[in-house]
Amino acid sequence: MSERFDPKIVAFFCNWCTYAAADLAGVARMKYAPNLRTIRVMCSGRIDPQFVLEAFARGADGVLIGGCHPGDCHYISGNYKCLRRFKLLKRLVQDMGIEPERLRLEWISASEGDKLRQVVNEFVATLATMPPLNLPKRFVEWDKEVAILREQVDAAHAQEEQQEVSTHA
Amino acid sequence: MPEKPKIAFYWCASCGGCEESVVDLAESILDVVAAVDIVFWPVAMDFKVKDVEAMPDKSILATMINGAIRTSEQEEIAHLLRRKSQYIIAYGSCAHLGGVPALANQFSREHILEYVYRKAPSVTNPAGTVPQPNWKDDGHQVTLPEFRHVVRALDQVIDVDYYLPGCAPSPKLLAAAVQALLKGELPPKGSVLAPDVALCDECPRKESKPTEVSFAEFKRPHEVIADPNLCFLAQGLICMGPATRSGCGAACITGNMPCTGCYGPPSRIKDQGAKILSSLSANVAAEDEKEIERILSGIPDPVGTFYRYGLARSLLRRRVDLKGNS
Repeated sequence: MSERFDPKIVAFFCNWCTYAAADLAGVARMKYAPNLRTIRVMCSGRIDPQFVLEAFARGADGVLIGGCHPGDCHYISGNYKCLRRFKLLKRLVQDMGIEPERLRLEWISASEGDKLRQVVNEFVATLATMPPLNLPKRFVEWDKEVAILREQVDAAHAQEEQQEVSTHA
Repeated sequence: MPEKPKIAFYWCASCGGCEESVVDLAESILDVVAAVDIVFWPVAMDFKVKDVEAMPDKSILATMINGAIRTSEQEEIAHLLRRKSQYIIAYGSCAHLGGVPALANQFSREHILEYVYRKAPSVTNPAGTVPQPNWKDDGHQVTLPEFRHVVRALDQVIDVDYYLPGCAPSPKLLAAAVQALLKGELPPKGSVLAPDVALCDECPRKESKPTEVSFAEFKRPHEVIADPNLCFLAQGLICMGPATRSGCGAACITGNMPCTGCYGPPSRIKDQGAKILSSLSANVAAEDEKEIERILSGIPDPVGTFYRYGLARSLLRRRVDLKGNS
């Protein structure tokens, strides 16, 4: 494949810090890799591990979580909740065969537009060295074994009906 | 006398516990038998597949299928029963979500066959024989059903109308489902025939659940003698109750064992494992990274703990780095 693989990243950014940093990077006209699909959440403590797994299941190559630095959470402790979930989720994701580098957590404050730029570029570079995750395609591959039998059963049934019609006619 | 409605039971990759739960209806099974004709039930009655094939399509009112789907034979029979039945009910955790057999989705088919037939310490197999779907012996061709790469829940193979959750479903739920079927008072298609609230709602220890659960460490049931009256979460024991549907009458809790999640999640939860992971880990009593990791190391096997019954129907379904065909 001569075409360079362009990883898809789903990013969950907290409203008060990392999303503001992304805004700042934009206003400052910083250039960074365009691979993010950003979802703004009110707090990194709102990021349900289900969101992360669903992002992977729907085709993300990487998931980036951005929150306020420890001690700076707008809601006092949301980022600590996020950190604890992240620690266990990372182990779970790894046990399920997803490379741990595909899930990343970064503390990026509202003033750190440049850190955001760096983190995104770095993350894209890391993911670009890995093969695409593309879970939707893998699910289809897995289910070929049942799709084949289903088609056979349907075909046999259709043939039976055909025969019945011809015998009654 | 009008013809009685027809009911069928079938089992796939399961332990037989679901069949037991039908017998657990005790005397009420006589009422069921009085009201319906059981036309197919391999574990208890002598019928053959050709008997089912001879039935007109949709002539069975409802078929309860238990067990996960692992072989091509199970798929074929599921398709056949789907054609012959008006309603298909996924019966028990394995048909509903994959159940314990779906934990095999952490390993490749080759690994499983190699271990079970060659490497397990209890195996004596000097010729190293492993089952083959096709085998020629003395000029005769013999066949076995195909062992699939993936363990599936029933609705990943055929269209399912209702789900009776549980490992095994409680006789109370089964009796209620049969009543609903006979009266034609069924909920919308796709419903799980159990209350749509978390187990905590019917837990006898509900009052002792702290408003703020906090874990300084996680303990496992064999490591402690659990207080028989206090919420398990308050004791540092993992209880799946908050992410699990009620309807079992808190049977395990009453036996002083925490919930392991067999009823699956209530409808607002997509992924039971991720949800309980979220709840438990967020309540770890530490802010320091190393200390958080230390406390979380008290959960040595998150996949096996959080997806004990639900791996096949979880968002990832299976270890994603395994191949789907060889």
